[in-house]
Amino acid sequence: MSTITAEAGLTVSRAVSRTHRAVRIRRYLETAGTLVLSIVLIVWSILPIYNMVMISLEPEGDVFTDHIFPRVWSIESFWGVLTQGHWYLEHFWHQFANSIYMGAMVTILTLAIGTLTSFSIGRMRIRYGWLVNNAALLTYVIPASFLAIPFYRIMQNYGLANNLWSVIAALVAFATPYAFFVFQEYGRSIPIEVDESARIDGASPMQIYLRIYLPLMAPALVAVGTYAMLLAWNEYLYQFLLLSSKSSMTVPVALAQFLSSDQSPWNFMMATAIIYAAPPVAIYYAFRRRMSAGLTMGGVKG
Amino acid sequence: MSSVEQALAGPSVSRRLRRAPWHGRLHGSERAWALAFLVPYAAVFLAFVVYPVAYGLWMARDPSLYGELIANPLYARTVVNTALYVGLGVNVMMFLALLLSGFFMRRRWWIKALLPVFILPWALPAIPAFVSFHWMLIGEEGLINSLLALLGVQGPLWFHDRQLAVASNVVAYMWKWMPFWTLTFLAGRTAIPQEIYEAADVDGAGGFRRFADVVLPLLGNLYLVCTLLCTLWTIGDFTTVALVSEGAPAYSSDVLATLGFHYSFEAAQPSLGVAAVLSALPVLIPITILLMRALETREVQL
Repeated sequence: MSTITAEAGLTVSRAVSRTHRAVRIRRYLETAGTLVLSIVLIVWSILPIYNMVMISLEPEGDVFTDHIFPRVWSIESFWGVLTQGHWYLEHFWHQFANSIYMGAMVTILTLAIGTLTSFSIGRMRIRYGWLVNNAALLTYVIPASFLAIPFYRIMQNYGLANNLWSVIAALVAFATPYAFFVFQEYGRSIPIEVDESARIDGASPMQIYLRIYLPLMAPALVAVGTYAMLLAWNEYLYQFLLLSSKSSMTVPVALAQFLSSDQSPWNFMMATAIIYAAPPVAIYYAFRRRMSAGLTMGGVKG
Repeated sequence: MSSVEQALAGPSVSRRLRRAPWHGRLHGSERAWALAFLVPYAAVFLAFVVYPVAYGLWMARDPSLYGELIANPLYARTVVNTALYVGLGVNVMMFLALLLSGFFMRRRWWIKALLPVFILPWALPAIPAFVSFHWMLIGEEGLINSLLALLGVQGPLWFHDRQLAVASNVVAYMWKWMPFWTLTFLAGRTAIPQEIYEAADVDGAGGFRRFADVVLPLLGNLYLVCTLLCTLWTIGDFTTVALVSEGAPAYSSDVLATLGFHYSFEAAQPSLGVAAVLSALPVLIPITILLMRALETREVQL
């Protein structure tokens, strides 16, 4: 009797230790798997960026040689960009200022127009507001790049050729539908009673918009603002088409000029590209936490 | 489904409130305010969306343009390229993003540390990133072929072969935009109430069952909306192809957006260019209708 129990106990403990070992092996494999995947993801994400840095750090003649590390390190190219020391880069700071001006205007206008419209539709519930939302969505039926040609013609008609405002107008038109979507989704989390009580206290719609709506919408404003700025900074086609004069040129157009020749100083081009990439990366990481709050609102419910 | 609805009682409450806005009606001056708030967007929409679209349709009104397009083998090849580019680029990317969002839900410290690195491609402006891709793949001296040479493999000339060139564009596109969609799905996953996961655990659902029976039904609509939106954006994508393969070899890796550009500005046939891009409308319109319907059902599902 007792031997039977002992034997039974032994098999049970064996079985337990076997499952324990199986669990441990599984956990070990899982850790190994996630580690491998992590390394793959790091290489995948970093490789093109490494390539940019490598080319920018090479002396001019070394770019077209077979290697994976720069033979000679030099920061000549970065210095050249910052001091406008190459004829390709004569107007770099002017172009950079143009890019910043454009990004800032697109952001401000997208936020202003987006919140005004969303307030009218989402908070004041104007009749047929849904119609405006759906019409705005129609903006995405024909992609921006497909409209570039008519847009180019129209800007000549408006007298806005070679004017930064032509690109700003196009980008605002394409950023606002997304802004409506995020603002109205986010606005749903703010009780309408807040508006009601302000209204009973005699606040005008403008006061409610400025003093109550805008402050409460701060996280969504950060999310959409970052989105609009990145949109302007990522855009290439409209700037390339519409801004060709010296005074209106932005950095992407200048980068395209490098590409139009086979004899360009590639290390200078990559240095320009890295300097151009720095502001949005910095802004993105500065606002990352707050942006993901907005993304959650826009993303989850959409 | 009922537990899901219970867990998401919040949105349904706000939906009920929406029906009683500002006590149901707007008075004279308030209505004027609400309309005034819509004026800026209406102006932007008419001047920079409606007018260019109408102008584009007018430019491409001649039916003989479409005959000319179809007669050109370049057009048929471009349509195939666009279908490949969009079909692969969107679907592979979205599925990987969905899987990766699950990976980033894990609570290991290095996975948390990895996320900011993984997001870097998205924060980086498109132009420098794609210029870098171009340089990584060009000729025999690019970084990729240099790395392959280390392994003793002679890399191909990526832009001398149509299939490789299209594939390069797809990979570059995925590199740039996968982080954005991964973040969106990650936000969607974190919004799934923890209790649902726990309930699934109690019921003994493993990893696969959890994915198939909890995550997919809850994220299904989000996945659909994101895929449709991404399809629209990808069909209109110009920057990737214009900068990575530049249409090489001999325009054979072009997509519709870049072909329209070539026709308009290099072949000086703007109407033909507009006709080429607008020939995508029979695909774009159904996608937009599907998208609008999917956006309407969002609150029922999540």
